[in-house]
Amino acid sequence: MNRGDNAFRGVDLDDVVTRAGGWLLLMFLCVSAAGFAADTGFAVHMMICAAAATIAAFYTLRQIGRAPEAVRPDRYYDDVIRWGVIATVFWGIAGFLVGILIASQLSWPIFNLGLEYTSFGRLRPLHTSAVIFAFGGNALIATSFYVVQRTCRARLFAPALARFVFWGYQLFIVLAATGYMMGITEAREYAEPEWYVDIWLTIVWVSYLVVFVGTIVKRSEPHIYVANWFYLGFIITVAMLHLVNNVSVPASWLGSKSYSAFSGVQDALTQWWYGHNAVGFFLTAGFLGMMYYFVPKQAERPIYSYRLSIVHFWSLIFLYIWAGPHHLHYTALPDWAQTLGMVFSVMLWMPSWGGMINGLMTLNGAWDKIRTDPIIRMMVFALAFYGMSTFEGPMMSVKSVNSLSHYTNWTIGHVHSGALGWNGMITFGAIYYMTPRLWARERLYSLRMVNWHFWCATLGIVLYASSMWVAGITQGLMWREYGEDGYLVYSFAEVVAALHPYYVIRTAGGLLYFAGAIFMVWNVWMTIAGKLRDEAPMTTAAFDPAKDRPVVPAALGATPLPLAAE
Amino acid sequence: MTYEALRLFADSWGLVLMGVAFVGFVGWAFRPNSSAATHRAATSIFEEDQADG
Repeated sequence: MNRGDNAFRGVDLDDVVTRAGGWLLLMFLCVSAAGFAADTGFAVHMMICAAAATIAAFYTLRQIGRAPEAVRPDRYYDDVIRWGVIATVFWGIAGFLVGILIASQLSWPIFNLGLEYTSFGRLRPLHTSAVIFAFGGNALIATSFYVVQRTCRARLFAPALARFVFWGYQLFIVLAATGYMMGITEAREYAEPEWYVDIWLTIVWVSYLVVFVGTIVKRSEPHIYVANWFYLGFIITVAMLHLVNNVSVPASWLGSKSYSAFSGVQDALTQWWYGHNAVGFFLTAGFLGMMYYFVPKQAERPIYSYRLSIVHFWSLIFLYIWAGPHHLHYTALPDWAQTLGMVFSVMLWMPSWGGMINGLMTLNGAWDKIRTDPIIRMMVFALAFYGMSTFEGPMMSVKSVNSLSHYTNWTIGHVHSGALGWNGMITFGAIYYMTPRLWARERLYSLRMVNWHFWCATLGIVLYASSMWVAGITQGLMWREYGEDGYLVYSFAEVVAALHPYYVIRTAGGLLYFAGAIFMVWNVWMTIAGKLRDEAPMTTAAFDPAKDRPVVPAALGATPLPLAAE
Repeated sequence: MTYEALRLFADSWGLVLMGVAFVGFVGWAFRPNSSAATHRAATSIFEEDQADG
């Protein structure tokens, strides 16, 4: 984890032994913590930490007797980005699979398997965290390191710290995921990990900030390209959100239970201030950083309007932070706060669409690329869904719409059109862009396979979003249906039964999206292996050699030829 | 600081501060003669040499 990065120095034995000793000491501390743990879950987690520390010590000691890695100041530091691409693909598959499983559980409860560990309530946060933080988070870390180096024309600052960020983040994911299955949760939406995992993530995240800002500081480009603004906004805001939302008091120092520092409606508002800004800054600002670099690069055209991208940035930063209360319409939250959340959500529509238009119009004059380049098609589709879900979101935040949509499957549909359509597709596009470049391959293994991925994913999203719209509105209308005497017409179970077909359609949509991702695994795998699929190009202008002949006048020709034109 | 004092600040000077900062940041992008700078920034990502590691 902590290999020396100095080319001018051999492996310093003292240094290696000290660091390995540090890791081993940490391992013993973890094992002791496991021994004195207040509950089994905490003990299991400490043993996982001990295993991680042992692996770190092993890799530290392995440097002895080996030539230190050559440092090439004239090359970007891409090792950690290559790992990040593989981790993104791996966690994506894991997250999508769990998604299919829990979608199946809602359709056919037998998939709960009768075990507490695999019940819907425990697997649902596993799915959300796996796709948001493991798939999305790894994609963000990898692409941000890729983009910051190239736009700053500077080698990554502190590569050893970057390696710590990568592996530390994977440990965070493993602790979070295993914790959910064992029932360890703070029950805070998108922030379920308990206090000690939160502290670990804080350390990793601050290191991430140091690597990112350090690279910007040592840049050789005078201007900081706008993609980095979005990435930096994402890193800093997520740090702030994480720290405030997770203020809690552990019930014991060697146990996995803690209590929030807030209570009642203050706690609810804190959670949705965090929750909505996790959407705004993790899933929006961070991925917009990707968009502002990879879309122009893949289209080989500069962004449509650089000024608009700056307006987009500042408007998102100033507006998004206030939108959270729209998750608490018609609750104990004061009315003025609900209205404030609603108004800011509606205002957000404008910068969001400004950003979408900026991305789409980058293709202006080169729209044919959507037909000829499946990677661009994926990115354009991502932007279209960014626009779609940032229109739907403000609409749903309006109180009267929310009274129908809230607590229904419409919300789930909305989240997934954003997550599958926008976050997923822009990430796939970025992975397809980076993979051949990171492994110095001529091109991807197969462009046609990208096309298959695109159509599977698109069909999957269409099935998912449309079934959840119908399910959500059905559900909302059935819940509010009053009879003549003022009684509720439908019982809860009747509503659940009415939704069954839509749940099945949703599962089918998830399976299609997953099938597309399998093509990506294959494609990325073969690209890394250095293979090129023997395939016809995606499109080419028609050419028929038989018709490529001059017309011979009848008098000159020995035999009259049929006219070339049909 | 009490809730009332915080609320008073947020509704007055805080709001003015936020508004001025926002207008300033956005206005900066539209300052005269910035076209060359934005063009240079937008195309800067195409100037790289292929120095991938």
